[in-house]
Amino acid sequence: MKDTTNKPVLLTMRDIHIEGRSDETWSPIIKGVDITLHKGEVLGLIGESGAGKSTLGLAAMGFVRDGCRISGGTIDFDGIDLRAATKDQRRALRGKRIAYVAQSAAASFNPAHKLIDQYSEAPVQHGVMSRAEAEHDAVELYRRMRLPNPEEIGFRYPHQVSGGQLQRAMTAMAMSCRPDLIIFDEPTTALDVTTQIEVLSAIRDIVAQFDTAAIYITHDLAVVAQMADRIKVLLRGDEVEEADTRSMLSQPKEDYTKSLWAVRSHARPTQPPAEKGTTPVVSVRAVTAGYGQVDILKNVNFDIHKRRTVAVVGESGSGKSTAARVITGLLPPRQGQVLFDGKALPPDYRSRSRDQLRQAQMIYQMADTALNPKLRLRELIGRPAQMYLGLRGKALTERIRDLLHLIELDPDTFVDRLPSELSGGQKQRVGIARALAAEPQFIICDEVTSALDQLVAEGILRLLDRLQSEFDLAYMFITHDLATVRAIADEVVVMQNGRVVEQGPKDEMFQPPHDPYTELLLSSVPEMDPDWLTRLLKEREAKA
Amino acid sequence: MSVLITLFWIAVAVALAMGAGWLFRALAIAVTRGPTARALRTAPISAGFGMLVILIYVLVAIFAPLIAPFAERQVVGAQFLPWDSTHLFGTDNLGRDLFTRLVYGARNTVGIAFATTALAFLAGSILGLLAATVGGWLDQALSRVVDILMAIPSLIFSLLLLTIFGTSVITLVLVIATIDSTRVFRLARSVAQNIVVMDYIEAAKLRGEGLWRLITREILPNAMAPLVAEFGLRFCFVFLMISALSFLGVGIQPPTADWGSMVRENAALITFGDVTPLLPAGAIALLTVAVNFVVDWMLHRASGLKE
Amino acid sequence: MSAIWAMIAKRLGLGLLTLFVISLIIFSATEMLPGDLAEAVLGQAATEETVAAFRRELGLDQPAYVRYGNWLMGAVQGDFGTSLANKRPISDLIATRLGNTLFLALYAAAIAVPLSLILGVLAALFRNTWFDRGANALALTSISFPEFFVAYILIFVLAQSGLFPSMARVDANTGFGESLYRTFLPALTLTLVVTAHMMRMTRAAIINLLASPYIEMARLKGVKPMRVILRHALPNALAPIITVVALNLAYLITGVVVVEVVFVYPGLGQLMVDSVAKRDFPVVQAVALIFAAAYVLLNLTADVLSTLSNPRLIHRK
Repeated sequence: MKDTTNKPVLLTMRDIHIEGRSDETWSPIIKGVDITLHKGEVLGLIGESGAGKSTLGLAAMGFVRDGCRISGGTIDFDGIDLRAATKDQRRALRGKRIAYVAQSAAASFNPAHKLIDQYSEAPVQHGVMSRAEAEHDAVELYRRMRLPNPEEIGFRYPHQVSGGQLQRAMTAMAMSCRPDLIIFDEPTTALDVTTQIEVLSAIRDIVAQFDTAAIYITHDLAVVAQMADRIKVLLRGDEVEEADTRSMLSQPKEDYTKSLWAVRSHARPTQPPAEKGTTPVVSVRAVTAGYGQVDILKNVNFDIHKRRTVAVVGESGSGKSTAARVITGLLPPRQGQVLFDGKALPPDYRSRSRDQLRQAQMIYQMADTALNPKLRLRELIGRPAQMYLGLRGKALTERIRDLLHLIELDPDTFVDRLPSELSGGQKQRVGIARALAAEPQFIICDEVTSALDQLVAEGILRLLDRLQSEFDLAYMFITHDLATVRAIADEVVVMQNGRVVEQGPKDEMFQPPHDPYTELLLSSVPEMDPDWLTRLLKEREAKA
Repeated sequence: MSVLITLFWIAVAVALAMGAGWLFRALAIAVTRGPTARALRTAPISAGFGMLVILIYVLVAIFAPLIAPFAERQVVGAQFLPWDSTHLFGTDNLGRDLFTRLVYGARNTVGIAFATTALAFLAGSILGLLAATVGGWLDQALSRVVDILMAIPSLIFSLLLLTIFGTSVITLVLVIATIDSTRVFRLARSVAQNIVVMDYIEAAKLRGEGLWRLITREILPNAMAPLVAEFGLRFCFVFLMISALSFLGVGIQPPTADWGSMVRENAALITFGDVTPLLPAGAIALLTVAVNFVVDWMLHRASGLKE
Repeated sequence: MSAIWAMIAKRLGLGLLTLFVISLIIFSATEMLPGDLAEAVLGQAATEETVAAFRRELGLDQPAYVRYGNWLMGAVQGDFGTSLANKRPISDLIATRLGNTLFLALYAAAIAVPLSLILGVLAALFRNTWFDRGANALALTSISFPEFFVAYILIFVLAQSGLFPSMARVDANTGFGESLYRTFLPALTLTLVVTAHMMRMTRAAIINLLASPYIEMARLKGVKPMRVILRHALPNALAPIITVVALNLAYLITGVVVVEVVFVYPGLGQLMVDSVAKRDFPVVQAVALIFAAAYVLLNLTADVLSTLSNPRLIHRK
């Protein structure tokens, strides 16, 4: 953390208003936000989805997306009035003095050109370097970004390079003209935690080496704590508060900020392990499964007991979702079997009985695609009750109302709504109600909170907790987020490359000694401590 | 000079059309309420004009006998009479009243095209939805057959088939509906394929829903918007195709009043500077333009609503 | 690199297979006749003997697969048999007409392709301006017009005043310049119809492309607008544009039939329509095969070219 307040001011944005057009009318996106950024300073912009972070970040370059307009305020970059400047003046700044790093590097690199050609474009076009100098410089920056084979990697096409490497190559590209300011727009959101560490540390080092100012946009508090000197919190286009990172973390002033901080501390008491000899509700036995010739799951074993939550943890490609598909019968395993209450389930869901289907329900990650957009809540929730329990007429209506009460939605208001008339959290609640309507013993929760903002996710976790004790449910909770695991799991199964690398009760899992992969995974989860990244890198260096 | 005058009249026609479209939209908003009125408010003037024209065509087709001054096939005077008060647009090559035949053409040409499109749609969309939902060998087999049929240009294919099966209205409808259903199949299948991968379909399958309910309750409601727009586009295509075939003399056969054949029968007049043959051709063009305008708006709305 | 050649070889093989199946369909179409070809041509009144004699003449006494084999082998070598209507070899009828039709189609394509690409790109760049809206409405209108409507309007406006001939009569003695002049109206008709389609599709493809994050990235790097289009959009636009062009050239094949009839142009389309009216099956089959082959080849070429222009496929991992 450095003190930059005595350095000259680089960027001043005053009372910025931005509007977006929908159906011929303009509605506000940013409602009067100020930003002051000193040279070499990193400002973290944090907020939930829809807070207007990206729009504000782009506005710092004097840029708005199609269908948006800056309707008020001033933007002053190093003495240049960006709103009054001509298009050519603004263009001359972009890439040269203000650069941008996008969320998805895979989509933001042009598929038709090699990385090094795209690196050289800005310096050559802005007349900063010759082509040969730029290529030489690229190798230097690739090395500083700790990319493998820095001499050679530039001559590949974007689709030939992995996501984490592309994100670093994009940061190097942004650095090509040694800009005064870089806008980072959620650069690590799409990456796995273990990859995220490498990108975060590379970004932090290069920004420090060149004393570049940056605006770092993210929704992840722990990440911004590592990267920013100061943090500004946004809520629906308005500023909530701003302070330097340490005081923001230790003593937030506003209620909204406090509630954001508090989410991280939620945890429920762990249930004791099930008694020996009790039959698990679901038991996965020596399952090997996959598509085509490839095995995605290799000899996987785990049990899920009544009233217990088993968290299945792993990064993308670890096979955790495939395990869910085997249990539901969408993917019959090549070897092994799934037992329900001690009895083997038919491998294919089409050969399972109605009652077997009823007993295992599923809640999906994206409530948007999990609910048929053309059906009203009445039918979405009522259908399983009608199908499995044979409820009709009045009994069915009563049951639907009960279910809506259970998920804390008012039946009179909601029963005839379409999914599009609900918020993200409400949709996820409807997904839960649909699972409950079948009166199952077992529910698979597939990343149910990862698409939601933290406060909303918190509410969903509490609801699931309550329902579990009320109906004696067994949960299989698929997630990549260890904070969620801490909050709700009784037992943890860690997966990597289709194998279970470690499993056991949660309290043991968060205590050493660990399997090396579990260790890596656990240590890679960012913590709210601003010194966490520095400490972690030192520890890893010491070990190596 | 004649070019300038033509341009002037085109400008007048466009201005009138825009006015009529605007008025019709205002009227439609006034008499409807709820979501329909809200949707109509987003309609551009072109779509308002399109809806007005379609409405007029439908009315003319239904009330043809009341509107037409003479009978459809009645010879009422000499050949190629000029325009006057008894024969609004003169008479045709056999001395039948041209205005009467234009009015009946709305019934015959539009009716046959509509029936053909409906048939093509029924077959194409049912098979397309089925192929996407069931997948596997059924999908493979149907798709390969459609690929082959679509590799033959449709006008050429229909000429070939009409040579074989002769040119009655029934064969015409069947041949064109068959050829066109392949296009509908493609669209319905690709729309349904995007829906089938959704989690809510997976949820419905895991719930144990049968094929019929899966298609009618879960897939079809979500495929309606693109399918309705496609119906408009296919109608235009079929309508133009039947008109082209009739114009070539292998479509709807005389003495049935049909716009495509009317152009062909009276084409000789054009070289004498008489615009009469352009009237049936214009009637075809106007309806197609109108449908396209409405479809364009619907597609625009559908793509806008997705975001 | 070998992977992409394997892929192209596969496409070519598939194209050949498609052509083969199409030839089968076209041939077997006459097999679906009630009775057979001889009865269909001679009608109810013919005596048993004449029908039998005619059958022998047509080779109908041989099994279908033998006749198909002979027909296909002949077709590949340019021999399509003889016309029923005038007993002349079909290849003689087709030879000059094929040239004429190709001439007209290429003439129209030479105007339509550059014109519509330019208009489409402009409409995409000046999206939602009066130019775009105007061009869009005009394109939509002209798509909706039947070809013969456009043709007669052009005749009415341009041929009435004697500027251009309303009948496109050409023969072997007509010079190149004179041919261009005489076929100007049919070519213009085709151009108008095809340009509208192609312009709309080009516009949609470019707009789709301009919305991609890498285009935004290029603009945020301060790249000049012209360079954004030429260096960032164009290389990625090749595949969609090739598809658009091919689709519309294929559309010309259909359009040409009507236009040839309107302007009494001695091409394949007119021959086909005449033969349909006369129920001259061998000629209809021959012309249908040629049109279908051209159509398949066009689509195949587009497929191969757009594969070749995809960097993800050329530069494999």
